[in-house]
Amino acid sequence: MSDQDVINLINFCYLVAAALFIWGMAQLRRPSTARKGNWVAAVGMFIAVVATLFDREIVSYEWIAAGIVVGAIIGAFLARRVQMTEMPEMVAVFNGFGGAASALLAGGELKRLYDSGGSIDSDVGVTIALGTAIGAVTLTGSVVAAGKLHGTLNSNPILLPARNILSALIAVAVLALGGLLIWATQDDSVSQESAMLIFVGLAAAALLLGVLVSIPIGGADMPVLVALFNSYSGLAAAAAGFAIDNDVLIIAGALVGASGLILTSIMTKAMNRSVINVMFGGFGQSGADVTSGGEARPYRSVNAEDAATMLAYAQSVVFVTGYGLAVAQAQHDLKALADLLAKGGCEVKYGIHPVAGRMPGHMNVLLAEADVPYDQLLDLDEANRQLDNTEIAMVIGANDVVNPQAHSNPGSPIYGMPIIDVDKAQSVVVMKRSMASGFSGIDNDLFYLDQTSMLFGDAKKSLKSLVSEVDEIQKSG
Amino acid sequence: MEELITALTIFALATFVGYFVITKVPPTLHTPLMSGTNAISGIVVVGALVVAGASESGLSQAMAIAAVLLAAINVFGGFLVTDRMLQMFRREGPGG
Repeated sequence: MSDQDVINLINFCYLVAAALFIWGMAQLRRPSTARKGNWVAAVGMFIAVVATLFDREIVSYEWIAAGIVVGAIIGAFLARRVQMTEMPEMVAVFNGFGGAASALLAGGELKRLYDSGGSIDSDVGVTIALGTAIGAVTLTGSVVAAGKLHGTLNSNPILLPARNILSALIAVAVLALGGLLIWATQDDSVSQESAMLIFVGLAAAALLLGVLVSIPIGGADMPVLVALFNSYSGLAAAAAGFAIDNDVLIIAGALVGASGLILTSIMTKAMNRSVINVMFGGFGQSGADVTSGGEARPYRSVNAEDAATMLAYAQSVVFVTGYGLAVAQAQHDLKALADLLAKGGCEVKYGIHPVAGRMPGHMNVLLAEADVPYDQLLDLDEANRQLDNTEIAMVIGANDVVNPQAHSNPGSPIYGMPIIDVDKAQSVVVMKRSMASGFSGIDNDLFYLDQTSMLFGDAKKSLKSLVSEVDEIQKSG
Repeated sequence: MEELITALTIFALATFVGYFVITKVPPTLHTPLMSGTNAISGIVVVGALVVAGASESGLSQAMAIAAVLLAAINVFGGFLVTDRMLQMFRREGPGG
């Protein structure tokens, strides 16, 4: 085969790989086909990598093999070891690796172009600067996000004095250095050393910007940031694809970029926020006291025995779970309760708000891990339809996402936020440690409704006693 | 310039395809979607392979090999952890 034949073959393989990525992602539209879809995409990746290794420009294989093998071992180890509660950190770290790889690729290509002695096209200069900047911001931003999610770093927002001015200055520096790098690649009088120095400066400024963007963001807003960096990691790959003129990088990068942006938009809508609002501060960081009036309102408290009696005779129950359930490690106890109720003829469903976990879809994974079948997992709209005909809605470890103030109080910070309307159920049981308010600091009107019963205590212990109480009632009945 | 326009066309069309494919993914699969796209963004490995293989200087090669390593972590880690999650999603029925 001639060199041109080889290049054509490689490019054809890239086309096949891109098609497999799209086909694989399309199969994620149903849980039943999703697993196959993931493997379809993996086959696409395999084809792309193998085809690339046939490139006749590749002369040294030893280090390449070492890089792939070590990366494979680390990746496989992380994938096996990670706890499902730690998935947000894992995805954040992977976003960061993706960004770093793109920035390194951009730098490596810049150096290679200088070494090969040819002139650098202006669009290549632009995309090298873009890939470097986006990749470096993604790296440090994601590492800070992962540290906060993991609890290694303080998850509270860290507010530096004049932080917005500082961030703006660094952002301007990134733009200026990026422009300088583009100019340097076009001007033959600029030496290779100076251009590489500007590259390092650009990378350093962008790394700093990533830190500055992430540290003011509070733990509750992390899902938005992780989704946003997911998108950036794709855009950085696409920019690198432009720089080295490689279509499969551009296509895959665009797919990932689009995915991250869609998820970011879903999360901000579900939190009643905008990306700007998350980035520059909002109620996620305030412990502000916005309780209504301050006078204690009457509520009804029940014990596990009473709650068990209600549940044991109910025909339909919807569990609305928040991250508090996972913090208490009580998913399996909830599943045990659900199984008992189902055995007694009760229809059991789970209503899951988009921000229920610490990343999009996180709560669904945690419940799937506890063997909850996916056809019982309802999204926001499905849950609200189901609740029209539900006897008992049981709220576990969730607060703001079931607060009717989102509909009723135009002065509330959560007004307009889509919520799960548990107040439509005939009765509501809320499992909670105490009457303390949620992360937004807003009092929850749900707790004071006539049909609401509060079951105080640790979620895991309460669920365990509910299981034994319901079991007893069923045996005696 | 012609190459740039072609590349931009591909980018724009792929973004549209991505938009329509991903809006169909139900919320229940959003976490596997994110870890799966982690793996797909590991496609940078392809570019890193080309640069690593074609470089003549140590610095350029070192940067590209580091990119190969990080991207390979994403590819293997991303696909494997996504599979681990997706196998937990089961339908209701006898025998779970």
